[in-house]
Amino acid sequence: MTTAVGDNPITVRGLRKSYGDWHAVRGLDLDVEPGEVFALLGPNGAGKTTTVEILEGIRRRTDGDVRVLGCDPAEDRREWRARIGVVPQTTGAYTDLTVREVVAHFAAFYPHPLPVGQVLDMVGLGKHAKKQSTDLSGGQARRLDVAVGIVGDPDLIFLDEPTTGLDPVARREAWDLVRYFADRGRTTVLTTHYLDEAEALARRAAVIVAGQVVQCGPIAELGGSARPPATVSFRIPPELAGRGLPPLPDGAEAEAPTADGLQRIHTHTPTALLSVLLPWAREARVGELPELRVHRPTLEEIYLNLIGSSAATEAEATR
Amino acid sequence: MTLTASSGTASSGEAAGTRPPGHEAGHARRSVRMPGMLRAGAARSSVELKAFFRNKQSLVFTLMFPVLLLLVFGSIFSGKVAGTDTDLKQVFMAGIIAAGVMSTAFSGLAINVAIERDTGTVRRLAMTPMPKSAYFIGKLSRVVVTTVLETALLLGIAWGLFGLPMPSSPERWATLGWDLALGTVACALIGCAYAAAIPNSRSASAIVTPVFMVLQFISGVFFPFNQLPHWIQTVAAFFPVKWMAQGFRSVFLPDSFTAVEPAHSWELSRIALVLGLWALAGLVLTAMTFRWRGPRVR
Repeated sequence: MTTAVGDNPITVRGLRKSYGDWHAVRGLDLDVEPGEVFALLGPNGAGKTTTVEILEGIRRRTDGDVRVLGCDPAEDRREWRARIGVVPQTTGAYTDLTVREVVAHFAAFYPHPLPVGQVLDMVGLGKHAKKQSTDLSGGQARRLDVAVGIVGDPDLIFLDEPTTGLDPVARREAWDLVRYFADRGRTTVLTTHYLDEAEALARRAAVIVAGQVVQCGPIAELGGSARPPATVSFRIPPELAGRGLPPLPDGAEAEAPTADGLQRIHTHTPTALLSVLLPWAREARVGELPELRVHRPTLEEIYLNLIGSSAATEAEATR
Repeated sequence: MTLTASSGTASSGEAAGTRPPGHEAGHARRSVRMPGMLRAGAARSSVELKAFFRNKQSLVFTLMFPVLLLLVFGSIFSGKVAGTDTDLKQVFMAGIIAAGVMSTAFSGLAINVAIERDTGTVRRLAMTPMPKSAYFIGKLSRVVVTTVLETALLLGIAWGLFGLPMPSSPERWATLGWDLALGTVACALIGCAYAAAIPNSRSASAIVTPVFMVLQFISGVFFPFNQLPHWIQTVAAFFPVKWMAQGFRSVFLPDSFTAVEPAHSWELSRIALVLGLWALAGLVLTAMTFRWRGPRVR
């Protein structure tokens, strides 16, 4: 069997998963490239975890083509499993075993495990190696999940909301761990609610809404034409009051100034807008526009905008 | 024993060593020599035993419950079984060993599997390259060690405190051996299969214990089997505990006791047959019902 798109570690075409009348995943396409950190974003219930679990071979699909490291995950081959690391969404309980024993136990199933001590240090549990695993705090238990997921030194790692429940310091440590594997050329698929996490770690992301990919690409380009415009704002100084704005570049939309004189202009080309505004101000001998700000949309705004427009399209389609 | 996987599983073009240095990309394949079933089975067994002996709950409920029953009823029961020269106490002690096997192998294992389904252990193991058989090897180790320990404990107390005579001939020791082994394997496999009937770990005891208690009562553990109503004897004859207990009676009681046994003999070959059939049924049912994933595997 040859893979359609080069040798990508993950190729998904037309993936579907239905439970009776409920379609959790409806025709999803995905390509994850070698060595990248790829983020799956989306609201709760969008089908992220279902998709990831199908890729991990722990959930069966209804329809579609799925290749993960060149194999169909549904075949569940041992040699294939040995190259996959999974950190599931739910935290496991390993009753009556110490932290070190849990990690050493899982290491025994892999052909080339990482040294147990090294794994414990990597996830920040080195000091707790002898602790009963059930005595760990929520964040520490989550780190143990990560340790169990990576001890086999996987080529492809699935992290399903790995930092949920972690404090900010532990989150940064988890991020370092993701970078460690990325630096070694390993591929990571990251599901997350935290957009800063996706922004900090991943180069590319797919936004999944209602079981479909509504957008996929480099995080910096996420949103594309649907991207919300940047906002240029300043307070109108007395010198400029009543003079009216200059002719604006195409696509720029000015709001009516607020009562206290705050002017907002929305544009996809803030630099072009400024090149018009600054001469206009200088003409009235205003060297500094008070409170001048250029606000570019955050990933969160882009993301909410994507979800919103997709939900609207969906409502349209079902009407 | 190791399974050797060549690098030709899927994208066979990329053998280890041909890839450029520093380009350890996700798809590149390192030479794979999978840890074998024995290594994984040993790892599972070690974890199973550690967990059992560190867990006070399983120690008390699984191991000590039959011991308590032996201590209480061993002190209460007195007199001879009607129509025989045998102490009721001795009949009970032979029976409680069968109950002990059922406790560690059937109840203990069914509850244990249900808990591991709930705590994510089963699901987590399914995400690793562990050979699936290693899980059951681990369970078998757990059951064999705990059952042998349970039997030794019960025998020791019965012999030391209540004067139960030890088996009088090598043949009887041999019967003890195979009855114990067959009974353990049968109960363990049925326990594994029965776990499929348990919706979650909270209800595990409630769903397992009644079966354990009822079978004890109808199988002649507490009352001499011949004194039970006929229809109960018939029902009990379909289940393994009755046969296991009968086997243990043949080990500890004088042959004259066969006068009150249903067939007026120990029926050793039939005991082996019934226990063997139950083991087979348990194996088939486990293979059919055990789930590594699904709604009950959390």
